[in-house]
Amino acid sequence: MKYIDEFRDGDLARGLSAAIKRAADPSRRYHFMEFCGGHTHAISRYGVSDLLPDNVRMIHGPGCPVCVLPVGRVDMAIRLALECGVTLCTYGDTLRVPASDSLSLMKAKARGGDIRMVYSSADALKLAQQHPEKQVVFFAIGFETTTPPTAVAIKQAQALGLKNFSVLCCHVLTPSAISTILESPEVRQWGTVPLDGFIGPAHVSTIIGSQPYEFFAEEYRKPVVIAGFEPLDVMQAILMLITQVNEGRAVVENEFSRAVTREGNVKAKNLVAEVFELRRQFEWRGLNMVPYSGLRIRKEYAAFDAEKRFPVDYVSVADNKACECGAILRGVKKPQDCKLFGTVCTPENPIGSCMVSSEGACAAHYTYGRYKDYA
Amino acid sequence: MSEVKRGYVRPLDIKNGRIDLSHGSGGRAMAQLIEELFAAAFDNEYLRQGNDGALLPVPTGGRLVMAADAHVVSPLFFPGGDIGCLSVHGTINDVAVMGAKPLWLSASFIIEEGFPLADLKRIVESMAAAAKEAGVPVVTGDTKVVEQGKGDGVFITTTGVGIVPEGVSLSGDQARPGDKILVSGTLGDHGMAIMAERESLGFSAPIQSDTAALHGLIEALLASGAAVRVLRDPTRGGLATTLNEIARQSKVGMMLEEKALPVNPEVAAACEFLGLDPLYVANEGKLVVIVAPEDAERALTALRAHPLGAKATTVGSVHEDQHHFVQMTTAFGGKRIVDWLTGEQLPRIC
Repeated sequence: MKYIDEFRDGDLARGLSAAIKRAADPSRRYHFMEFCGGHTHAISRYGVSDLLPDNVRMIHGPGCPVCVLPVGRVDMAIRLALECGVTLCTYGDTLRVPASDSLSLMKAKARGGDIRMVYSSADALKLAQQHPEKQVVFFAIGFETTTPPTAVAIKQAQALGLKNFSVLCCHVLTPSAISTILESPEVRQWGTVPLDGFIGPAHVSTIIGSQPYEFFAEEYRKPVVIAGFEPLDVMQAILMLITQVNEGRAVVENEFSRAVTREGNVKAKNLVAEVFELRRQFEWRGLNMVPYSGLRIRKEYAAFDAEKRFPVDYVSVADNKACECGAILRGVKKPQDCKLFGTVCTPENPIGSCMVSSEGACAAHYTYGRYKDYA
Repeated sequence: MSEVKRGYVRPLDIKNGRIDLSHGSGGRAMAQLIEELFAAAFDNEYLRQGNDGALLPVPTGGRLVMAADAHVVSPLFFPGGDIGCLSVHGTINDVAVMGAKPLWLSASFIIEEGFPLADLKRIVESMAAAAKEAGVPVVTGDTKVVEQGKGDGVFITTTGVGIVPEGVSLSGDQARPGDKILVSGTLGDHGMAIMAERESLGFSAPIQSDTAALHGLIEALLASGAAVRVLRDPTRGGLATTLNEIARQSKVGMMLEEKALPVNPEVAAACEFLGLDPLYVANEGKLVVIVAPEDAERALTALRAHPLGAKATTVGSVHEDQHHFVQMTTAFGGKRIVDWLTGEQLPRIC
């Protein structure tokens, strides 16, 4: 495939691997967090860690939208379908996230809930147009990448005067999650999570640009390299991070210049600002309540807010006590450190959300890398 | 059928007619449907017996194989085929991968009230053509009609019976360390043809399903004398799932070479677009062959000499592994597990 295979070239990978080995100082260790699930997936699927020297370790970050979705939010979606009788449209990844009462959206569907998998907010909007007799709710999750399409759907629903379309808004913000990790005692105080730099998001950055990360580089002295989701992108970014660390620099660099600018997509950002506003706080799985980290629908568009239209309130639900998803999402633990990993928690029967999406750290390690645990 | 004079019975209105509940009632309407549509299309000596069951000659020598396959594909018609020919090919392949010569098929239809007769005719004729081409007659069948909303157009279940000649013994538990893993052609064509149609991806050249009956290809392969251990058709769950089944049954590990996997560029592009992995996408006309290493070349030559195996290639090998992992050397140079399919193949959202 043109424009794809070039970024998965094995010969170039070997060259980069050798360059990384040359650049990495054998007398020290390097710990980099890839924020995004997309990077986690690429690293596992292409076996990137096999091409890195032993003293370069990748820590999986919380950038998997399904993984950070708290149980209480999935419960709301399930109540909308089962108790309020709406047609709930959701992205596929969300279907298997474990919720309260041993339910998931998939299981709620089997109990008679009208739950449909869609590829985009536009599909949900179309469904509402085709079925004026049904109340259609779009379960809007994800980081800045999926937020603009949700805003477009709401604007279009308003323009069409649709009375049967609304959105359960669970959109979250990347920079707040990064700050939370940097502010966590494990990183800042105790040093139990050594963190020498970040691989910055690919698709999120196409929207918000590279500018928002400058604060982290300056304030926390952590280099950030924004990278695409192809395996060569990831390796190039690792090399750039090592170089910054070696030179004692901490700046934002952009490996993904074919898609990301400093300002990002201004039109998309304006659209998001028009439809959404910051929530005072939002609960994340693993990070708990994070101030100003989630979005809600502005009152001008309240008619399309499922939380206002239907009697569903958010109730916080504690995770399974033995589940280490929280610590894994903060980079404190590895999937293999969790007692449930691969025993009671598998992709077929996920206990924690990190085992659900292919972008989750546990699912990626289970699906692609667990042979290493037996080596 | 009935004793009513021919001229007094109005023939089925194929052009505008629809299935109604009377077509499954056991009465005259059903008899007419069977006679004018099914019997006419599938016509053969066994079906002509007109009894509740087909009376078949007992084959001499060898062992019988029986396999069943239910078909619920949506959409019913897709580039490269339809539910009709698919239901013939699917069952023939299940019988043939046992090393058997398929002899007879049964076909049972569950049709939804309101289903257009024109579509049913198209499906039945496609089935009949596939059975005729394969030389495997449909010798018995059944028709049921369910109320509107209780089905999705039509579901077809077929059963196949075949005979394995003496000396042929293929089973999923026979893969041994050192064996080579071959595939007969490109991966993921059927699944992506369906997905592209379902999601209205609208490629300029639509992806064609690979649906085909494989017994001819298998016959040619076995005739080559190569020491074939296992044959499978990698349908749902794709090559990855099929190999995991074999690895578990044979208690071995496997190593694939990503670079060697044959995938059509359009299929690769569609998979990329939908966030799917061709290794997990269904095939309906492909064969996985596990063969003794010294016979791999001979098997490849035999496969490639057949039109359905022209793109046959070696994709990996079998080794000892107490964990029964299927692994892959990625084109990128790393290693990873090729695991069982989990749930549906879920699209990535960001």
